[in-house]
Amino acid sequence: MEKFKNLKSIPAHLPLMNIDTDMIIPKQFLKTIKRTGLGKSLFYEMRYNEEGKIIKNFILNNEPYSKSKILLTGKNFGCGSSREHAPWALLDFGIKCVISPSYADIFYSNCFNNGILPITIAANIIQELSEYSKRKKEIEINLKEQEILYGNKKIKFDLDPAKKKRLIDGLDEISMSLEKVSSINKYEEKIKIVKPWITRND
Amino acid sequence: MSRTLYDKIWDDHLVDLQQDGTTLLYVDRHLIHEVTSPQAFEGLRMHKRKVRRPELTLAVPDHNIPTTDRSKGISDKESKLQVDTLRNNCKEFGIQLFDVNDKRQGIVHIIGPEQGFTQPGTVIVCGDSHTATHGAFGSLAFGIGTSEVEHVLATQTLIQKKSKNFRINVNGKLPEGVTSKDVILKIIGTIGTAGGTGYVIEFAGEVIRGLSVEQRMTICNMTIEAGARAGLMAPDEKTFDYFKGRPMSPKGDEWIKALAQWKTLYSDDGCEFDKEINIEGKDIEPLVTWGTSPQDISPITGRVPDPEKESDEDRKSAMYRSLEYMGLKPNMKISDIKIDAIFIGSCTNGRIEDLRLAAKLLKGKKVAKDVTAMVVPGSGLVKKQAEDEGLHTIFTEAGFQWREPGCSMCLAMNDDKLTSKERCASTSNRNFEGRQGRGGRTHLVSPGMAIAAAIKGHLADVREIH
Repeated sequence: MEKFKNLKSIPAHLPLMNIDTDMIIPKQFLKTIKRTGLGKSLFYEMRYNEEGKIIKNFILNNEPYSKSKILLTGKNFGCGSSREHAPWALLDFGIKCVISPSYADIFYSNCFNNGILPITIAANIIQELSEYSKRKKEIEINLKEQEILYGNKKIKFDLDPAKKKRLIDGLDEISMSLEKVSSINKYEEKIKIVKPWITRND
Repeated sequence: MSRTLYDKIWDDHLVDLQQDGTTLLYVDRHLIHEVTSPQAFEGLRMHKRKVRRPELTLAVPDHNIPTTDRSKGISDKESKLQVDTLRNNCKEFGIQLFDVNDKRQGIVHIIGPEQGFTQPGTVIVCGDSHTATHGAFGSLAFGIGTSEVEHVLATQTLIQKKSKNFRINVNGKLPEGVTSKDVILKIIGTIGTAGGTGYVIEFAGEVIRGLSVEQRMTICNMTIEAGARAGLMAPDEKTFDYFKGRPMSPKGDEWIKALAQWKTLYSDDGCEFDKEINIEGKDIEPLVTWGTSPQDISPITGRVPDPEKESDEDRKSAMYRSLEYMGLKPNMKISDIKIDAIFIGSCTNGRIEDLRLAAKLLKGKKVAKDVTAMVVPGSGLVKKQAEDEGLHTIFTEAGFQWREPGCSMCLAMNDDKLTSKERCASTSNRNFEGRQGRGGRTHLVSPGMAIAAAIKGHLADVREIH
């Protein structure tokens, strides 16, 4: 996984609550067997009309937002389906940081497995940040300091230290867990005796 | 110290616990399907990793397969590639697969319990958010992303932090015509689609205990629609009876040992929940959704709400957007909403009891003119059982299509989809924009309410169908 580096970008603002993963990437794009190539289909039904033509007034279809690395959104972002295609599509489009008042649980953990930083922050701050989107001014994300910088302001955000470390170091979770293989072995030895029916031999 | 059911299952699966609460949690049962697994296997190959315990994973294609005759193969190229990829991956890594034409094939959350692969007290995961379904048996079951699928394949564990405990008591009795689908819609309408975020919900109370095992599954299934990754119910005699003699259930001495352990799976008296609410069964009516979020509920006797009466500005604008998408006007009677399509099926309501209830109401009646109606059984075994009972004849004689098992129009990945502005009364779980096809309009209902709508041609009260 790529290490998360500090970001500077004009944010794109999608002021909707409960954006579900069906909206982020509709089902017809789930037929892929790859992780890449989904960026062009991100928010498909909002970006393209029924004939597949670009909808001009959708924010991500316009410069400079078509190059935004930061997405500002309403609360409960990423609800619904567990599809990891949602963060894959965001990442493939170029979005590396989402800022929202809240997230759905599965989407939130999927972000960290793909090097995307989901920042949780109060709605009034997002309102302030949206002004920078309107004015086409860059904002800055400093993960190490856990800060959003805009204008002459600096706002701190909370983040689980373990999740932060994973993003900064670009750590592969599977390698981390495989280092604990002796604990896994020990656990399996125990359940073989205590709960023998868990081990299937049928 | 008294513990909740969730605490007990969690504690029982700790492989490693770090100071900050980061936990390596053992996974007893892993279900996979064709849509969210290919990239996980690709990852394993890339890193030259093996599947640690192939026998603890079970695979089935369900999301992306046609529900029409597939004995001669799948014609859609992409769909075929995904199903072929699943088959090849299972072969390469030694995982059991119920292939497309296996009679045990079906929706992943229906076949797990059906086979006894699902069991009380286990940790069950799947790359699908409706994995919560299995919580109805007292297992900790939740949906995961594809990277996590890969993690489970490689390590048989997951890195997790513990959620908070939330108990919802559904008290008293349900009025006639009200089913477990209405109960869960009521719960989502009460706490909202993010009301359960960060929690595992335990459903308890007289209503829950009175439900059959299959009806309970409908409630846990839609826990994710209330924001909680997992929903749980304490197993009881009904649960134990359900598992007796299933192909993958414990047998002989192991059954006796398992049963003894399963009987310890309940929240202790006096244990504390971080959040607890009560819902009275008598207050629940047959419900429908009017909007594009599962929390947008109304009794069938009600009217489409007026966004102008909403004080929260974000909520108000979301309501306007929903009503425009749904093609509805504020204050119109819910029962005046005309329906073009009926979908009975999905992991929410695609089991034999759902089909029995629907067929009983439908018997001797016809689907209204200009309404397209479809039944998609949840599994091959559900389909066979229904056919043995003659239910398929009731459906087809009334004008329903009788399909092969799969996820079908619940997420419309295959050809079963709505066209733009087509309106469907659906027993599935999500009414999101475009969920059942671009521009399609979904009203979530119980199987009985779907039949009422099928007969009348508009959303209708199941209590008026005799």
